[in-house]
Amino acid sequence: MPKQKLLLIGNGMAGIRAIEEVLKLKPNQFEITVFGSEPYPNYNRIQLSKVLQGDTDVSDITLNEWQWYEDNNIRLYPGETVINIDKTKQVVSTDKGREEPYDKLIIATGSNAFILPLPGADKEGVTGFRDIKDCEKMIDYSKKHKKAAVIGAGLLGLEAARGLLNLGMEVDVIHINDYLMDRQLDEPAGRLLQKELEEQGMNFLLNKQTAEITGEEKVSGLRFNDGEEIDADLIVMAVGIKPNVALAMENGIKVNRGIIVNDYMETETPNIFAVGECVEHQEMVYGLVAPLYEQGQALAKQLCGVPCDGYKGTVVSTQLKVSGVDVFSTGKIDEDKNTKSIKVFDEWNGTYKKLIVEDGKLAGAVLFGDTKDGTRLLSLIKKAADVEEYLNANESEQSGASLVAEMPYDELICGCNGVSKGTIVDAINSKGLKSLEEVKGCTNASRSCGTCKSLVSDLLEYTLGDDYNENQKVSVCGCTTLSRDEVIEEIKEKGLTHTREVMNVLGWSNEEGCSKCKPALNYYLGMLNPTDYEDEKESRYVNERLHANIQKDGTFSVIPRMYGGVTNAVDLRKIADAADKYDVGMIKLTGGQRINLLGVKKQDLPDMWADLGMKSGHAYQKGLRTVKTCVGSEFCRFGTQDSTGMGIKLEKKFEGISGPHKLKMAVSACPRNCAEGGIKDVGIVGLDGVWELHVGGNGGTELRQGDLLCKVKTEDEVMEWVGAYLQYYRETGNYLERTSSWVDRLGIDHVKEILAVKETRDELNERMDIALSAIQEPWSEVINNEETLRELYEKVNVTSTSK
Amino acid sequence: MEKTQRRIFVGNYSELPKKLGKTVIIGDQEVAVFKLASGDIRAIENRCPHKGGVLAEGMVSGDHVFCPMHDWKISMVDGKAQAPDEGCVQTYTTEVTEDQVYVLMEK
Ligand SMILES: Cc1cc2nc3c(=O)[nH]c(=O)nc-3n(C[C@H](O)[C@H](O)[C@H](O)COP(=O)(O)OP(=O)(O)OC[C@H]3O[C@@H](n4cnc5c(N)ncnc54)[C@H](O)[C@@H]3O)c2cc1C
Ligand code: SF4
Ligand code: FES
Repeated sequence: MPKQKLLLIGNGMAGIRAIEEVLKLKPNQFEITVFGSEPYPNYNRIQLSKVLQGDTDVSDITLNEWQWYEDNNIRLYPGETVINIDKTKQVVSTDKGREEPYDKLIIATGSNAFILPLPGADKEGVTGFRDIKDCEKMIDYSKKHKKAAVIGAGLLGLEAARGLLNLGMEVDVIHINDYLMDRQLDEPAGRLLQKELEEQGMNFLLNKQTAEITGEEKVSGLRFNDGEEIDADLIVMAVGIKPNVALAMENGIKVNRGIIVNDYMETETPNIFAVGECVEHQEMVYGLVAPLYEQGQALAKQLCGVPCDGYKGTVVSTQLKVSGVDVFSTGKIDEDKNTKSIKVFDEWNGTYKKLIVEDGKLAGAVLFGDTKDGTRLLSLIKKAADVEEYLNANESEQSGASLVAEMPYDELICGCNGVSKGTIVDAINSKGLKSLEEVKGCTNASRSCGTCKSLVSDLLEYTLGDDYNENQKVSVCGCTTLSRDEVIEEIKEKGLTHTREVMNVLGWSNEEGCSKCKPALNYYLGMLNPTDYEDEKESRYVNERLHANIQKDGTFSVIPRMYGGVTNAVDLRKIADAADKYDVGMIKLTGGQRINLLGVKKQDLPDMWADLGMKSGHAYQKGLRTVKTCVGSEFCRFGTQDSTGMGIKLEKKFEGISGPHKLKMAVSACPRNCAEGGIKDVGIVGLDGVWELHVGGNGGTELRQGDLLCKVKTEDEVMEWVGAYLQYYRETGNYLERTSSWVDRLGIDHVKEILAVKETRDELNERMDIALSAIQEPWSEVINNEETLRELYEKVNVTSTSK
Repeated sequence: MEKTQRRIFVGNYSELPKKLGKTVIIGDQEVAVFKLASGDIRAIENRCPHKGGVLAEGMVSGDHVFCPMHDWKISMVDGKAQAPDEGCVQTYTTEVTEDQVYVLMEK
C-alpha cells in the first residue's frame, strides 16, 4: 500500500511540532511534505527576543536542522509559499508554480504582526517583530541610527525595546493605556515594571495614541493625537498579532478570527486540519507556544488513529524575557464582583503578588519581583484548586516534589517544548538521567524560556528519590546549587563582571567561594568577555598565577617555548647557561618534546626568564600546552606533509589560549603517527593530499582514543577547524573537563554536526580571534612590573631579630 | 615560666598583595602571611600538615586557605585542617601598627 501523503503548510513552531508527534507515533505511516515561506529550517521564534537582546545568535535558535528533515524523509520546500488549495482535487499550488497532492493537509500558517493602518505606515523604517528578517532589520538599523520608537508596551514591545537598548539605541515606548502590559498585569504590577524598566533606560509615553508616522520616504518620527511629536529613525510596531488566515479564507475554509477547528484540530473541510496561532478553538485564539504544542499532540493522535480525548483548551501563563525583571501572570487577572483577591505589596523590596479567587478556587495570579511560585500557581489554577490548598501548603512548606507527584502523567511541564511529566519521568527512568542538564539534552524540557527548571528539578527529586541528592553533583561546587550553564546564563543575562559579584548576586553560600568555583568563575568570565575581563590572580591556581609549575618541595619548573619541538644551538646554549646559573635540580625532556628545567626557586624565576629571553612555554596552564610533531616530509622517508611546519603554525597561533582544562595537540605526517595524535585533544595526521583531524583523545588517567572529526585538504582548513573546535570546547566545556569527557558527554556526532556548518565555524573562529587578541605574554610582563615582582615572586627574609 | 615574644617586622601593610599569601623566612622557619579580603592579616606555618605543601601559594577564601598541592582546606584562625582531613599547622599572632606588619613569635 502506498503511504498516505501528509502535507504541511507553514514550517513554524506548531506545524513542525505536530509532525514530530506524528513521527513519534507512526514513523512510517506518511510521506511528508512541508512548505514554508521563510528560507530557514524550523526555528524557535521565542528566542528572537534573545537574539535581539544579544544573548543568542540566529544560528543558535534552529530547532530542527536541515539534516533532521533529511533523516526523517521529509520533503521541505523552504522559501516557498502556498497560494491555493484545491479542496476537491486535494492539491495545493505554490508561488513557484509547484503542485502537490495531499491525502491529509495541515494548515499552520501562524500569525502576522499587526501593523496599525496609520498614515505613513508604509514608509521605510517601520517594522513588526515577528521573524528573523525583522530581527535582522532592527540590528541593521541600530548600526546606522540612534533613535527608535516602539509602539505597544506589551510583552513583545518591551522585549523589543530591551533589545534595541542593548543594540545601543535610545528607545521611546508608546502605549495607549496608562500602565504597561495591561493585558497581563494589573496597575500596581504595571507601575512596578515601569519603574524597573525606566531604571534600565527605557522612556515611556503612556496614554498616547499615534496619529501619524512622519517623514518623506524614510520615517523621521511620530505625531500623536494630542499634537505632540517625537523623532525616530526606526519604528517597531508591537501592538498585537493577527492570525494568518488569508489562504484558508480565500479557499473557503471556515474562518472566524482564526481557522475554526474542533477538539481534534479538524476544520470543517474533510482532510484539512489546522494547528497553531492561525486557529480558533472554542472561541479562543492563542499567541503562545504551550497551547500550540498541546494542539499538536491532539492532532497527531487524530492523524495516526490513536484514541484520545482531544484538545480541551489551555490555561496560559506569561513571562517577560527581560533580564533583571521577574514578572509572571496566569489565568484571570482582573477583579470583578464575583472574585476576591489576596494581595501582598512590598514596596520596599519591589515585590507584588496578587491571587484571584473565584468561588473559593484559585483563578489567576500576578507576580512581580519574586516569581518562584509561578509554576506551582499555574498548576493549581489549571486544576482549579481550592485557595486553601495553596495557603495551607505555604504554611507547611509543601515540597515541590510532592506537588509534582500529584500531577497527572500527561500534564505539560515544559510549555515551550511541549514536554509532559510522563515523558520526563520515563526518560529519567529508562536512560538513568541524573541532572537537569541531562533531562534538557534528552527531552528538550526547559530548553527555551527556562521557566520550568524548578519543576524539572522537582521531578528529578521525586523520580530518583534518595538517589537524587547524592547524584546532584552538577552544581559548580558546594558553594552553590547552580550548574555551570545556569551560572553562565546568569552572568550573561545580568552582565556580571567579576567573581565576587557572581558569588554575591547568585547567592553563593560561601561568600568568598572555594578552590573549585574561584578558578572556574574566573575562567568563565574571561571566556565570555575576553577583552574586558580583568583576570584575578587570587582566583588562579599557583601554576597559572606564577606561570611556572610548582613541584612537591615548593620549587618550580621552567619549560622554555620550543614551537613544534624544534630548537637550535643558540637556544640550547642559553638554556644550558641558565641551568648552570640557577643551579637547576634536573634537566628533563617532557612528553610533549620540550626541555624542562626543574627545581627553580620562586624568587629566581623572573631573573631566569630574563636571562633566557624565551617565552617560558605554557606547559602548566589550563589551556594549550604543546603541539607535538613528527619529523614529517622534510626528513622522514614516509612523510607526506610538512607536519613540523603545521605544528609550529598551530602552536604559534593558539599559544596562550585558555581552556576549561589543559589541551595537547600533535601533528604527524603519515599513518605511522609518530607524534601519537590518537591520544591527544587534537591529533592531526597528514596523508597524501588530506589532513585527518582526530579529537577527544587522552593518554592520561582515562585512556581514550580520539574520534575522527573530519578530513580536510589544506593547511588553512586545518587552522579553521581546529580554531572552531577549540572555541566550541572553550564555550561549552565544564571547567576541569578534558576534551575526552566533553566529547563523550556531547557525543562526537553532535560536535561534528555543529562544526559542519561553515557559518558556525566562522563565528566560532571570530570569537576565538577576539580571545587570542587579548592574550598577553606573561613572562616579560612580570619582568617589567615591579609591583607583580614584589607581590608574587619576592620572599621576605628576616635574619636579624626586630624590635 | 613566662614566655616572651619577639615582634618581627615582615613588611609594609600596603605592599602585601590582597587575598594572597606571602612567604616570610624567619631564621629556619617559613611563615605564610596572608592579607584577607577583609583586610585582616593572618600568619601560619608555611607547611601543610598533609605533605608539607607551601600554603603561601594556596587559594584564599575568607579565613581559610586551600593547599596548592592536594587541596586540603586549612583554617588560618586555629590552623586546623577541615574535615574530612585532619591535622594542624602552627598559627601566629600578628600586629599592624600604622603601615607596619609584625608577626609575634616565641623566643
Ligand atoms: C519575538 C517573539 C517572542 C515570543 N516570545 C514568546 C514566549 O516567550 N513564550 C511563548 O509561549 N510564545 C512566544 N512567542 C509566540 C510564539 O513564537 C508563537 O506562538 C509561535 O511561534 C506560533 O507558532 P505557529 O507555528 O502557529 O506560527 P509560526 O511559528 O509563526 O509559523 C508559521 C509559519 O508559516 C509560514 N507560512 C505562513 N503562510 C504560509 C504559506 N501560505 N505557505 C507556506 N508557509 C507559510 C510562515 O512563514 C511561518 O514560518 C513569541 C513570538 C515572537 C515573535
Ligand atoms: S608519522 Fe610518518 S612521517 Fe611522521 S615521522 Fe613517523 S613515519 Fe615519518
Ligand atoms: S600537601 Fe597540602 S594538601 Fe597535600
